[in-house]
Amino acid sequence: MKRVYVNEKWCLGCHLCEYNCAFANSGCDDMVKALKDVQIYPRIQIEQGNGINFAVNCRHCEEPLCVKSCITGALSVQDGVIHVDQDKCVGCYTCILVCPYGAVMPGPTGGVVQKCELCTNNSSGEPACVKGCPNRAIVFEER
Amino acid sequence: MNYVIIGNSAAAVGCVEGIRSIDKTGSITVISDEPHHVYSRPLISYLLYGKTDREKMKYRPDDFYEKNSVTALFGVTAEKVDYEAKKVVLNNGSSVAFDKLLFATGSSPFVPPMEGLDTVPKKFSFMKLDDAMALEEAIGPQSRVLIVGAGLIGLKCAEGIRGKVRELTVVDLAPRILPSILDEEGSDMVQKHIEKQGITFHLGTSVARFGAEKAELKNGETVEFDVLVLAVGVRPNTALAAEIGCKVNRGIVSDEHCRTNLDGIYAAGDCSESYDITEDQYRVLALWPNAYMQGETAGIDMAGGNQLYDKAIPMNAIGFFDLHVITAGSYAGEAYVTRTEDTYKKLITKDNLLKGFILIGEIARAGIYTSLIREKTPLDTVDFELIRERPQLMAFAAPERAVKLGGAKA
Amino acid sequence: MGIDYLSPDYEVVRNPQRCIACRVCERQCANEVHSYDSEWKVMKSDDSKCVNCHRCVALCPTHALKIVKTDDTFKINANWTNEAIGEVFRQAGTGGMLLSSMGNPQPYPIYWDKILINASQVTNPSIDPLREPMETRTFLGKRPEKLERDADGSLVTDNLPPNLELSVPVLFSAMSYGSISYNAHESLARAARELGTYYNTGEGGLHEDFYQYGPHTIVQVASGRFGVHKDYLEAGAAIEIKIGQGAKPGIGGHLPGEKIVGDVSRTRMIPEGSDAISPAPHHDIYSIEDLRQLVYSLKEATNYKKPIIVKIAAVHNVAAIASGIARSGADIIAIDGYRGGTGAAPTRIRDNVGIPIELALAAVDERLRQERIRNNVSIVVGGSIRNSADIVKAIALGADAVYIGTAALLALGCHLCRTCQSGKCNWGIATQRPDLVKRLNPDIGSKRLVNLVSAWQHEIMEMMGGMGINSIEALRGNRLMLRGVGLNEKELEILGIKHAGE
Repeated sequence: MKRVYVNEKWCLGCHLCEYNCAFANSGCDDMVKALKDVQIYPRIQIEQGNGINFAVNCRHCEEPLCVKSCITGALSVQDGVIHVDQDKCVGCYTCILVCPYGAVMPGPTGGVVQKCELCTNNSSGEPACVKGCPNRAIVFEER
Repeated sequence: MNYVIIGNSAAAVGCVEGIRSIDKTGSITVISDEPHHVYSRPLISYLLYGKTDREKMKYRPDDFYEKNSVTALFGVTAEKVDYEAKKVVLNNGSSVAFDKLLFATGSSPFVPPMEGLDTVPKKFSFMKLDDAMALEEAIGPQSRVLIVGAGLIGLKCAEGIRGKVRELTVVDLAPRILPSILDEEGSDMVQKHIEKQGITFHLGTSVARFGAEKAELKNGETVEFDVLVLAVGVRPNTALAAEIGCKVNRGIVSDEHCRTNLDGIYAAGDCSESYDITEDQYRVLALWPNAYMQGETAGIDMAGGNQLYDKAIPMNAIGFFDLHVITAGSYAGEAYVTRTEDTYKKLITKDNLLKGFILIGEIARAGIYTSLIREKTPLDTVDFELIRERPQLMAFAAPERAVKLGGAKA
Repeated sequence: MGIDYLSPDYEVVRNPQRCIACRVCERQCANEVHSYDSEWKVMKSDDSKCVNCHRCVALCPTHALKIVKTDDTFKINANWTNEAIGEVFRQAGTGGMLLSSMGNPQPYPIYWDKILINASQVTNPSIDPLREPMETRTFLGKRPEKLERDADGSLVTDNLPPNLELSVPVLFSAMSYGSISYNAHESLARAARELGTYYNTGEGGLHEDFYQYGPHTIVQVASGRFGVHKDYLEAGAAIEIKIGQGAKPGIGGHLPGEKIVGDVSRTRMIPEGSDAISPAPHHDIYSIEDLRQLVYSLKEATNYKKPIIVKIAAVHNVAAIASGIARSGADIIAIDGYRGGTGAAPTRIRDNVGIPIELALAAVDERLRQERIRNNVSIVVGGSIRNSADIVKAIALGADAVYIGTAALLALGCHLCRTCQSGKCNWGIATQRPDLVKRLNPDIGSKRLVNLVSAWQHEIMEMMGGMGINSIEALRGNRLMLRGVGLNEKELEILGIKHAGE
């Protein structure tokens, strides 16, 4: 299965992935309209410090603790991609408790969680973070 | 191969999915004493709160049993297990033959004897969907509700119905709320938050006797109420297993494959004990994720696969009125504490390991801490000063990050 | 301020309607032009720091930025232009020489643009390169004086002089590690290997990581002799003696001590923090005879297995100088025109010294032919080859191959802001700052170089096919394929081409 892999050697910490993610998941076709004057809630997040930067998003684990732990059944695996059904989610944050990557996070309202679904849930086609990465620090590959 | 599962909640579903990951054809029978499609019991408070509904509460889609070729017997109770004859005898007179059997019988509310309890007309437990629906029937905008028990169940119930009733009082013998998952400071912080919602606590005391629409407390105070919720505690349902000779302590004893001491008999979920790696002992870990993973492990083992469930730890994610609390592990060791007005963090370390943590208010990426506990990561292999400020992968060494994020082989 | 104040040349224009304050511009600008005002919640920019490298423009996700030439002006004067006045002010303020980077930007004639290429019609058929073989492979080095056959009549090939084989007549010109980054070098090296051509170390030595690309590396020996040792000479496919450089003929180089750090210091074999000063001349070369000694020293050192290149800047007596070089034992002459780039040069030198490569090339090729020594050497020219047509014209004027430097840097992301000397290249090319160097991922860089040269190769084949020529060697020196437009008699005479219409 194709997954997003991170190569911190090439990550510039520009944060474009975060903005491209927020845009791709905004449901809006105009980035300015989608992101101007709002706090963004990207599903991929940059860690940085001491000259090191890297992006973290869902690893789509083969043995996903989040799915196994979800108390509502809102998290599920479909064709290897871990999805969250935000209608079902009640925001109990058990997934946040168990995800070893810290890749599940509260959504904008805090009432439900969100996570990277490899842009299978939006119109981006392929992961928007990867498409917009200027230095190939994140790639979407079969390995 | 005939698989039989007594119970129909997280452990049962885990077991079905575990079996089906290996054995696509064996017969699976689920015996459920409730008349409902599998639903998530922890959601009953959210149901009353209005955050979910009966449809969304379904833990798996409507076609779950069909898709997994499971014969689900709803509203039927397993009366007895005949281990010699390898069958489960049901209360409707029939029986189900098994080759492999899972006890996923869960737990039941425990009600200590209390004077005058018989005289209370409207009293409820808060464990199952039917409990919640009955409670919802009984309450109204003018209701005064008394909840006995300031643990997870009692307080989630309180949150669920706060908006629907006039008065809400919680009594607990323990001197503080949520003593099983919080320390004193944490309890205090959460209690104050809940009190702001107009909920009254009487702690360190208990009901001396119930009278007509009132409870007299041992500390001399009186609480008037018209609806009573009993959330004192639960007991694992172990009777069926004990009868056939399964070893039972507090819960049914099962190993890291979730096998009991009897061949072909498994136990998972709230009725069973798991090995808590933070306490180094077998304990009942009545937690949804634990139940699912035990059930899955049992299912895989039943079907001839190999899976170990050897990383069980106590852990909880819970929230009350938008204040989120995440805890894990045990709290004996050296503590590192930071506190602000709205947040509380306590990390407990011992023997170069993170043993436990409490996070209140700020819970982002808590799973990174949980993982340190579960994987027993030696703290001298990470930048602990960094990670204790905030859960982050930066604290791991670069080669470790390359494995976690870059697809490098471990 | 006051008398010293100069308006910034460029202004950053931000479309406030489009800016989402993501701060990518701020994080990406090493010149610290952009900043976020948390009180007003807007992005601000300091135009005076902007070098117009377009990094922010290119990365802005909402395309909210553009950079415009300032319209602030002194009183219009065709003689005392804004630039001329500004330079006087700057020098009056500092007392220093003006420094610049990359090639001469002044509006001198560009002869490539006054030369047109022929095509076949009716009487000699053109060739479709998609259907028929088309050879762009070429060899650089001495040609054998005669063919020899053994007793069986087979050609004797074991006594051939050493040659470089190029699958396409384009090499990457000398850019030192130090002037450009590790990742830029890796990009060039990997592309050269993939393309079947060569890149050139410049005079910064060869980083130990890049010895693996040795068969596609030209190692340079320059007046500072930085990084030159036995393994280095043996690592390369050819050795280039650098006499001069088109951007700064007649002067040496100076890489300031602050850039001599870590691997740069080790590779150059000089202490960290010491200035790397390349003298203007080689202090052991004051004549063609001296040059010959160095050529043969290097041949001796490498067992006569590697061709020796001598690189000079195109200057007034270039034809006579080239004749001397051809007689010095060198195998290849590289000539760098006055538009060649540099990491840093005095502005006056860059803008006023040297001659156009087109004229130098024509003169050298003609002179060597007249002296019947053209086959002793190959000619490689550089100094602003901008596209495949420039290459075709260069080869028809007599070059064997071309060096590209600026074009290669553009492929790597250079936006020709001409501020290399600051060491703060936002594109990760002309910098040693680790956070900037990492902006150039060689996976991307090498691929873009391969793309560029492959595209040019296709275009070269199309143009050759049009002329009815199926081998690049048959185009070399074929000046009948060229015509001039708008050139005077003297220019046509030097270029050795007829005017269009003739």
